[in-house]
Amino acid sequence: MKKYNSTDIPKTDRITRLVDNLYAKMPEIESARAVLITQSYRETEGQPIIIRRAKAFEHILKNIPIIIREEELIVGSSTIAPRGCQTFPEYSYDWLEEEFDTVEHRSADPFYIAEQTKEELKEADAYWKGKTNFELATSYMAPEALSAMEHNMFTPGNYYYNGVGHVTVKYDEVMAIGFEGIAAKAQAELDSCSVGDANYATKSRFLQASIISCHAAIAYAQRYMVLAKQEADACKDPKRKEELLTIARNCARVPAKGATSFYEAMQSFWFVQQLLQMESSGHSISPGRFDQFLYPYYKADRDSGKLTREFAQELLDCFWVKLNDLNKCRDAASAEGFAGYSLFQNLIVGGQNEEGIDVTNDLSFMCIQASHHVFLPMPSLSIRVWNGSPHELLVKAAELTRTGIGLPAYYNDEVIIPSLMSRGLTLEEARNYNIIGCVEPQIYGKTNGWHDAAFFNMCRPLEMVFSNGMDKGEQISIQTGRIEDMKTFEEFYDAYKAQMKYQISLMVNADNAIDVAHGERVPLPFQSSMVDDCMKRGKTMEQGGAIHNFTGPQGFGIANVADSLYAIKKLVFEEKKLTLTDYKKVLALNYGKGFDQITASEMTVDIVKNLESQGKHVSETEIAKIIAGVMIAKPSAEEQKLCDDLAAWIDEIPKFGNDNDEVDAFARAAAYTYTKPLLEFHNPRGGQFQAGLYPVSANVPLGAQTGATPDGRLAHTPVADGVSPSAGKDTKGPTAAANSVSKLDHGIASNGTLFNQKFHPSALSGQNGLDNFVNLIRAYFDQKGSHMQFNVVDRATLLDAQAHPEQYAHLVVRVAGYSALFTTLSKSLQDDIIRRTEQGF
Amino acid sequence: MDYMKTRGRIFDIQRYSIHDGNGIRTIVFLKGCVLRCRWCCNPESQSFEIQTMMVQGKPKIIGEDITVEEVMETIEKDRPYYRRTRGGLTLSGGESLCQPEFARDLLRAAKAAGISTAMESMACASYDVIESILPYLDQYLMDIKHMNPQKHKEFTGKSNELMLENARKVAASGMTELSIRVPVIPTFNDSAEEIRAIAKFADSLPGVERIHLLPYHRLGQDKYEGLGRPYLMGDFLPPENEHMEALKQMVEAETSLVCQIGG
Repeated sequence: MKKYNSTDIPKTDRITRLVDNLYAKMPEIESARAVLITQSYRETEGQPIIIRRAKAFEHILKNIPIIIREEELIVGSSTIAPRGCQTFPEYSYDWLEEEFDTVEHRSADPFYIAEQTKEELKEADAYWKGKTNFELATSYMAPEALSAMEHNMFTPGNYYYNGVGHVTVKYDEVMAIGFEGIAAKAQAELDSCSVGDANYATKSRFLQASIISCHAAIAYAQRYMVLAKQEADACKDPKRKEELLTIARNCARVPAKGATSFYEAMQSFWFVQQLLQMESSGHSISPGRFDQFLYPYYKADRDSGKLTREFAQELLDCFWVKLNDLNKCRDAASAEGFAGYSLFQNLIVGGQNEEGIDVTNDLSFMCIQASHHVFLPMPSLSIRVWNGSPHELLVKAAELTRTGIGLPAYYNDEVIIPSLMSRGLTLEEARNYNIIGCVEPQIYGKTNGWHDAAFFNMCRPLEMVFSNGMDKGEQISIQTGRIEDMKTFEEFYDAYKAQMKYQISLMVNADNAIDVAHGERVPLPFQSSMVDDCMKRGKTMEQGGAIHNFTGPQGFGIANVADSLYAIKKLVFEEKKLTLTDYKKVLALNYGKGFDQITASEMTVDIVKNLESQGKHVSETEIAKIIAGVMIAKPSAEEQKLCDDLAAWIDEIPKFGNDNDEVDAFARAAAYTYTKPLLEFHNPRGGQFQAGLYPVSANVPLGAQTGATPDGRLAHTPVADGVSPSAGKDTKGPTAAANSVSKLDHGIASNGTLFNQKFHPSALSGQNGLDNFVNLIRAYFDQKGSHMQFNVVDRATLLDAQAHPEQYAHLVVRVAGYSALFTTLSKSLQDDIIRRTEQGF
Repeated sequence: MDYMKTRGRIFDIQRYSIHDGNGIRTIVFLKGCVLRCRWCCNPESQSFEIQTMMVQGKPKIIGEDITVEEVMETIEKDRPYYRRTRGGLTLSGGESLCQPEFARDLLRAAKAAGISTAMESMACASYDVIESILPYLDQYLMDIKHMNPQKHKEFTGKSNELMLENARKVAASGMTELSIRVPVIPTFNDSAEEIRAIAKFADSLPGVERIHLLPYHRLGQDKYEGLGRPYLMGDFLPPENEHMEALKQMVEAETSLVCQIGG
C-alpha cells in the first residue's frame, strides 16, 4: 500500500466566505492590549520583571475582548476587527504616535485607527516613557554603532522596536499534555529546587511566572468555551448550534489538557500560535513541521473512523484562514522592508525524520491543498526536498507554484542538515529541522535563533572604500587609504574586507545591546515554557535558556558587490581603461544620469553645513534654490563622455548570474567577506553569530540609501535580492542563473540563503512542464543550492495590477522570503518585482 | 579526438529549452537552410553567410564560427539538469544537415560525454549524410510540412519527395527514436485533410509513436524587419486553440499516434 493518499479534496463554501469576510475591510489598530498591559505594569511596580511579565500576560488574557467569527471552526482572535492588530508599547511606541495621522494612508501596509483608539493609546503610552526596550537597548550601544546606523550601514530595526519571535515551540508537547501538564512540569522543577541554590532567586521566579502564564492560557480558552455556549444557546441554525457546542467542548478540554482528537489538537495548536503573538510582538512564530506534529492525531481519528478526509481538510483550511487573521503594525520604514502584512508564520511539509527516513504523509499533501484553497499569504508554506522526497509531493507543490501564489518555498535537506551540524546540532536534531520566518533553519523547541537580527547592506562598505570611511561629511568608518593611492586590485579588495569587518563589528555591537535589553526588560515566560532547556536552566529564552543560541543577521547585495569588484579588477587593473579616481568621479556623478531628490538633498546638506561653518546663515528659500541648482547641474562634456564610456564598458563585461566561472568565483569570495568574519562573534546568550544571505524586501528601501555602485547600478535604486543575480542582468536563462547561484557557499550561511526565480506560467504547463520544473529544482539542489522560490506570473498581469489594484486584491506574489498581496506593496517594490528578469517562454 | 576540433557555424545557443526533445535541453542553432519557408520564425537561420540584423535598434552580428569543443563547454554546463530530466543536446537550425560533419561531430561529442542527443531537421539531404549521423542521434524530431509536392514547393521552395523518402529510411533503420513535427500554418496546411494526410503517413512509419502539431506563431516577425526583408505572413493570425484541439482529436481518432500540441 502507498504511504499516503494524494488525491485532491474539494474546497467548501465555508472557506470562501471566511476568506471574504476576513478581507472585507482595511485592518484596524486596537488599543485593548496596550491599555491592559499598562494597567498591570502600574500595579506590579517593584516586583521581579519576570513576574510582572507573567501577571501582565494573565491580566491581558483575562480581560481582552474576545470574539467568535461567523462560521469559524477554530476559534481565538486577538482583535475584534478581522486582521486587526494590538500594540506592544513595552517595546516601543513613539513611531506609532508619530504616524497616527498617516498610518491609514501610507503606501505599504496601511491600518485604520479610530480617534478614540488614538486617545487610549496616548494615555497608555505615557506610562512607557523611559521604560521601553528600545530605550534600554539604545543606552547599551556604542556611539560608533549608533552613528553607523544613522548612516544606514545596517539596520537592526526588527528587534530594536519589536519582540523577537522567530521561534518554533514544542507545540507537540502542548497538544500531548496541555498547559496543565506543562505547569506541572514547572511545579516539579520548582519542587526540586533548594532554596540554597545559587540561582534559586531567578529560577524560582521564572518557574512561578511560567505557571502563571500556563494558567492564563487555560483561562483564556475557558472564556471561549463560555462564549461558544452562549452563542449556541442563542443560535437558531441547528447545524451552527452543533458546531458552536463542539467548539465549547474543545475549548473546555484544550489547551488545558492533552488533545484527544485531531480537531482538539488543531484547536490547541491554534491557541499556542495565537497567544505567542499576544505575549510579544515578534513575528516569524513558525508552526514548523505541522504535517508531522498533527499526523498522529489524524491517523488515530482516521483509523478509528471518527474523521473524514474532507472534514480534516476543512479544519486545515480554517486554520490557514486563522493564520491570516493575525496582524502586526510596523513603523513606516519597516513596513516597506517587510511589506505585505506578513507575519512570516512558516509551516513546512515533507522531509526526513530524526532517523533519516522520509516521512511525507497524507497531511503533507493536504497542507499544500489548504494553500490552494485559501490562496492567502499565510502560512509561509515550505517544503523540504531531498533525494528521498516523493516526486508526487513535489509535483503537488509545483502545481501550487504554478498558480502564481509564490508558495511554497523549496529547501534542500542535503545542504541544510550538514550546515546545522556545523553549528553544533546533533545529526538527529539537524534532520528534524524546520524553517523559521523566511529561510532560516533550526531545530524546534530548543533554539533561540535570533534569526532576523539585522539587515547588512554589503554595498555600503564598498562606498566607504571610495570615501576612505567618510559619509556626508563625517568620518563614520575606518580609514583604509585614499583611493587615489591604491596601486593594485588586492589593495582595493583588502580595503573592502577591512571596511566590511569593521562595520560587521558595529552591527554585532548593536545586536548584542538589543539582545541584553530583551533579557532584562522583556523576558517571555509563556514562550519560554515551551522551549528546552529553559525550565531546567531556570532562565527565559531571552536570558539564554534555550539549548541552541544564535544571532543571524542577513547580508545582501552580493550580486552588486561581485559585479562591482569584477568590473574594477577588469577595467581598472587589467584593461587599464580608467583609474580608480575616474571611477570615483563617475560614481559621484551617478553615471551622468543626473541626481535624484535624495542625492540633491544630501549634497545640499553638505553645502549648507559648509556655508554655516563659515558663519553664513542660509534661509529656506536659499536651500530650495541650492537643491534646484544641484538637480539641474550637468557634468561637463568630458565628464559625460567618461560616464557613458564606463557604462558601456561595464555593460560588456560578464555579470554574476550567467554561469561565468570567473565572475561567479568573485561572488563566492564576496559572500565570504560577510559570512566568515561574522562567525568570530558571540552573543550574550552564549551563542554564535551566523550569517544569512537574504533581504526580505529590504533590498528596495535599503537600496534607496545607497549611492551609485561600480557595477553600473544607479544611486538609490534597489540592490540585488538575496543571492539572486542583479535584476535583469541574468540573460542566459534559469539554469545558468541557478548554476551561478549554486557556486556560492550556501552551507556557511547557516542562517539561510534566498534564491528567487520568476517564471512565466507557460514554463510549468502540462505534466511535462511540472516534471521539468521539479527537476530544475532538484538539479539546483544537486549542486548544493539551499533554497529556491518562484514568482509565476506574467509581466502584463503585474502592470495591469499596478494600474487597476482594485481588480487584483487577491493577487499574491512572492516578495522575498514570503508571499504578499501585490496591491498592498509600495510602488517601488511593485516596480522591482516587475523588473526582475522574466524566465521561461 | 579530432572531431572535437571540427568547426561549424551557429547563430545561437539556447539553454533551458523545454519544448524540443525530452527534459531540459540546450539547443544549438546551426546556420544555413535549404528551404525558404514563408512562415519561418528564424529567418536569420536561412543564409549560411554571417549577417547583421537590427535587434532592438542595435546592429547584431548573426553567425559565429566555433569548434565542437567550444560548443561542448556550454553544453556541459547544464549536465545536472539533463541528468534529472533525461534532457541533453538538441541541434536545430536552419537545417543541421547543411553542415553534416559539424552536426555529426557535435552529436558524437555529446554521446561520448554521456549526454543524450536530439535533432530537429527536415531530413533534406542525401540519405548517406543522415546515415552518418544516426549512430549518434537518440531522438530525431523530423519536420513534415505537407504531403503535396507542388504545394510544398510553392511555400518552402523545394518539393518533398526526398524528405518523405528519408523519413521512411530513417524509420526503417530503427537507429533513432523518430517523431514527426508539423508546423500548422494557416492557408498552407491547417485543414483537417492536410493534417490527416501527414498523420497517416507518420503512422505508416515503423516505430513512430508521436506527432507534434506546432501552431504557427508570429514571434519571428521583428526579425524580418531587422534583416530588411518583407514579412509575407503579415495578415495571418495563429490558429485558434479550438482548431488545434480539434486537429489533435482527429489525429488521435484516426491513427495510433499520440498527438501533442506544441513541442
